[in-house]
Amino acid sequence: MSVLNGVSYGLLLFMLSAGLTLIFSMMGVLNFAHASFYMLGAYFAYQVSEWTNYWVAFVVAPILVAVMGGLFERYVLRKTHKSGHVAELLVTFGLSFVILELVQLIWGRSAVDYKVPAALDGSLFKLFNSSFPEYRAFMMLVAVGMLVSLFLMLKKTRIGLVIQAALTHPETTEALGHNVPRVFAMVFAGGCALAGLAGVIGGNAFITEPGMAQAVGAIIFVVVVVGGMGSLAGALIASVLIGLMQTFAVGLDWSFLGGLSALGIDVTPDTFGYPVWKLKLSQIGPILPYLLLVVMLVVRPKGIMGTRDD
Amino acid sequence: MSAADTSKIALEVKELHAFYGKSHILQGVNLKVNEGEIVALLGRNGAGRSTTVKAIMGMVDNTGEVIWRGKNILGMKAYEIAHLGLGYVPESRDIFPKLTVHQNLMLGEKGGKKPNRWSFEDMYKMFPRLRERQHTEAGVLSGGEQQMLTLCRTLMGDPDLIMIDEPTEGLAPAIVQLVAEYLMELKRRGISVVLVEQKLAIALQISDRVYVMGDRRIVFEGTPAELKADANIRKEWLEV
Ligand SMILES: Nc1ncnc2c1ncn2[C@@H]1O[C@H](COP(=O)(O)OP(=O)(O)OP(=O)(O)O)[C@@H](O)[C@H]1O
Ligand SMILES: [Mg+2]
Repeated sequence: MSVLNGVSYGLLLFMLSAGLTLIFSMMGVLNFAHASFYMLGAYFAYQVSEWTNYWVAFVVAPILVAVMGGLFERYVLRKTHKSGHVAELLVTFGLSFVILELVQLIWGRSAVDYKVPAALDGSLFKLFNSSFPEYRAFMMLVAVGMLVSLFLMLKKTRIGLVIQAALTHPETTEALGHNVPRVFAMVFAGGCALAGLAGVIGGNAFITEPGMAQAVGAIIFVVVVVGGMGSLAGALIASVLIGLMQTFAVGLDWSFLGGLSALGIDVTPDTFGYPVWKLKLSQIGPILPYLLLVVMLVVRPKGIMGTRDD
Repeated sequence: MSAADTSKIALEVKELHAFYGKSHILQGVNLKVNEGEIVALLGRNGAGRSTTVKAIMGMVDNTGEVIWRGKNILGMKAYEIAHLGLGYVPESRDIFPKLTVHQNLMLGEKGGKKPNRWSFEDMYKMFPRLRERQHTEAGVLSGGEQQMLTLCRTLMGDPDLIMIDEPTEGLAPAIVQLVAEYLMELKRRGISVVLVEQKLAIALQISDRVYVMGDRRIVFEGTPAELKADANIRKEWLEV
């Protein structure tokens, strides 16, 4: 059961990190505001489903987010590009605050009541007394569908070929007659649409509140670095890994204490470092991804599938 | 298409200056290319030849005039210039290494409505090596094969004028000869060629006219025969 929950959370992370890593290959810097587009997706979906219903929101919210992302790329980022990477980084950083303030201004500081639609609110099946929610299955379905179409689009279509070429060799690609600035705007908007869609399906599965961008933002940076900056396959592996890790950690009550006594070592409150040994895995769960990040940077700095040597 | 009217000017560059950030590289370059003509651009390392073709292609900041078939194209974007019929083959064989040979060629196509005078079949006939390796990742090809690939990739965009930056650098003599034949084939088809070269022999063998660059401007203009006769120019600007 935890496996399925972990995988569905991991796939959601992948929808976010896929866009982030593509945009990274293109700009050369990480987009700090990426998780903010995830949050916008959730809030837009909440608002639109209040006005109409969930299915309209499912379609409309990602489109709205994509349009906002496209406009931001066209009118802000592209102008900043000449001033170098630091400026680009700062402007995305600034955008994340603007979005946060706007969200709080419009929808308030506490969580909004964005619920899973009634049609998907049941449990799909039961196993060992725990049930697997229908909505989790729906999330997985959407994520896998997105993953497959992203793959087909990149590998099988002409525009996918141009994107692949433009990501690594923008100047040569443009000199061959391809409108690379437009390709970049499309990649940016597409990445935002994915983040928005992740917000639509994640916002009601978890919680829709102003802190959600920051919470997930840190995790997807870890995913992208661990997976290897710019590698989609690496991002997929890292997403699922971290999804599983977090879900398992929360469900487990093991502690070092238990582990050590199983090895025959007696640990008492007087033993050196007792507060550390008695920590339960579920307590350190939230920091596991960052531990993984540190270990990864030490062992293999370019990430799981990274090719960059620098 | 047959050989073009070589008395008509195709491309005219006037007082071209180019900049990389704050460094002022080209100091007022003037040159002309007639329809269907092969023009060589010679000079030592750092003379500014690559910068000249990049500036014509709109890939570096520049001022002056670049007139293509009567229209000033300076200030246009590189992809727009490509759509007007100018082709560019970058130096250092800048292929897309993770894509296959065939995909590299596909990226040369611009996907416009205009019928293309070249097909994949033409490319594979010209360089049978490329047909054998069409499903191979371009990154693993030999230097000579990568050079053939960049030449063909740009050709798939059906340019009327093609600018080629050092196509023979580091290639074996047999492959240099293949490149020379490719250039002659372009000329037969009425395509104008700007050839940036280091090797004097091939340039003198196939060009109609020659420019020599030194100190980031043009220091000599004439026919291959005139350059052969001018020992001073060769000594001052070409020999190492
Ligand atoms: N990206 C760049 N930034 C700053 N200066 C550059 C850049 N590229 C080239 N230059 C400088 O511009 C001058 C002309 O370079 P260019 O590449 O045009 O020479 P070239 O004649 O093609 O010679 P070669 O290809 O053999 O180096 C050189 O002095 C070079 O140092
Ligand atoms: Mg050069």
